[in-house]
Amino acid sequence: MDGGAFTTAFHLIVSLDPTLGGIVALSLRVTLTAVLVSCLIGLPVGAALAMGRFPGRSFVVVFFNALMGLPPVVAGLVVYLMLSRSGPLGDLGLLFTPTAMIVAQTALILPIVVSLTRQVVEDLWKEYEEQLRSLGATSMRAIPTLLWDGRFSLLTAVLAGFGRASAEVGAVLIVGGNIAGHTRTMTTAIALETARGDLALALGLGIILLAITLVLNAGAFFTGRLAQRASG
Amino acid sequence: MTKLKHLMLAAAASLAATTGAASADDTYITVASTTSTEQSGLFDHILPAFEEETGIEVRVIAQGTGQALETGRRGDADVVFVHARPAEEEFVAEGYGVERHGVMYNDFIIVGPGSDPAGIAGTQEADEAFAAIAEAEAPFASRGDDSGTNQAELALWDSAGIAPSGGWYRELGSGMGPTLNTAAQMDAYTLADRGTWISFQNRGNLEILVEGDERLFNPYGVILVNPKRYPHVKTEKGQAFIDWLVSGEGQDAIASYKLDGEQLFFPSASDGES
Repeated sequence: MDGGAFTTAFHLIVSLDPTLGGIVALSLRVTLTAVLVSCLIGLPVGAALAMGRFPGRSFVVVFFNALMGLPPVVAGLVVYLMLSRSGPLGDLGLLFTPTAMIVAQTALILPIVVSLTRQVVEDLWKEYEEQLRSLGATSMRAIPTLLWDGRFSLLTAVLAGFGRASAEVGAVLIVGGNIAGHTRTMTTAIALETARGDLALALGLGIILLAITLVLNAGAFFTGRLAQRASG
Repeated sequence: MTKLKHLMLAAAASLAATTGAASADDTYITVASTTSTEQSGLFDHILPAFEEETGIEVRVIAQGTGQALETGRRGDADVVFVHARPAEEEFVAEGYGVERHGVMYNDFIIVGPGSDPAGIAGTQEADEAFAAIAEAEAPFASRGDDSGTNQAELALWDSAGIAPSGGWYRELGSGMGPTLNTAAQMDAYTLADRGTWISFQNRGNLEILVEGDERLFNPYGVILVNPKRYPHVKTEKGQAFIDWLVSGEGQDAIASYKLDGEQLFFPSASDGES
């Protein structure tokens, strides 16, 4: 099996297996969309949470921190119950679609983006508050500047979110249904091949998933470093 | 700011694209079925012919029978295709399904380690074999997931007059494949459907020890989810799929599925027994 998995992975890649291509494309589409949505919501919310002072703020901070540990299977179950035909959003007919998977993954990674953004922005604000205030910036006006200044740290938050989303299987299995050619992702395919007892193929797919994650992370890392150098 | 606007637009567009794809092409049906039909590769074999002929895409969600019926009960599938006769009849009686049609059968087998510590090899009666396993307190891996196979297993314990419990009886709460994986690792006995067994590749020391008892008969039925209860059910397309399964063509497709030269499922629609 040990050598078999690498051989299988290699064969799958060099033969440009179309089924595998579809699975990889769907996995990336779902996860990247979830990451994008989480950033659009999570960056401003996290920054606002860092700067804003309102009653119950500590509670909200703790709440988002705790949600970082939300078990994927619970997130999946909640989204399932919401989107099921018998649930409140059943009329949308979204259960067992890629959209349902995007919603579930967003629920999983939004807390990570919010919490890590809050921490980064809070630290930066502590450091630059005087300076920014002397330039006449109110705390809310300073948010875009702080987000921009913290972009390299925030990239790590985004990558953490991507990692959690691309690695999880429990939520997408429940809300996607692992339908061949429609909602089958890398992780659910790995779970299926393990169930079939085809461990070499399962591990082969795992190797490919790991390779993709590695390439994306390397890309983000080196882009960040180049940008950091360019901005001095 | 324009950058942000671009991002927002991109997000909205990609969300719209994914939802649009889901609702625009309404030429598919959702079938809640069992792990045994999916993992044995049966659907990969028979569905292309149906899809080509009718243009209806069949989206299969492979669950245990209990979970598949629950999916139907919630209105999240158009058709259920499962194997637990009493549970299926209850599903129809409760008004969640229209009518049960018999489609095919295969059989269950009792597999266990070649060393056979409970000495059940060749036993004719499945419940006697179960009694011997309990007597020897030899490890037994139960699906424990309310699947059709799990329900058949519990019926056998019942018929042996035993309420299995203790360290030797291990409820895994897993599908057939994972249960076989686990049984192979702990040298445990288990009840398996023949389809999954034949297609299963990680057998370790496991062998078929008991087979052929009529109590090990495993019929599959297909049911349309009741459109009176769930108006969004794709009645016409779902019924077309059921009609095709029980037609000569569908039955031939089922019969022609072989793995390693062995037929996995036997058509039964014309048995009248349905």
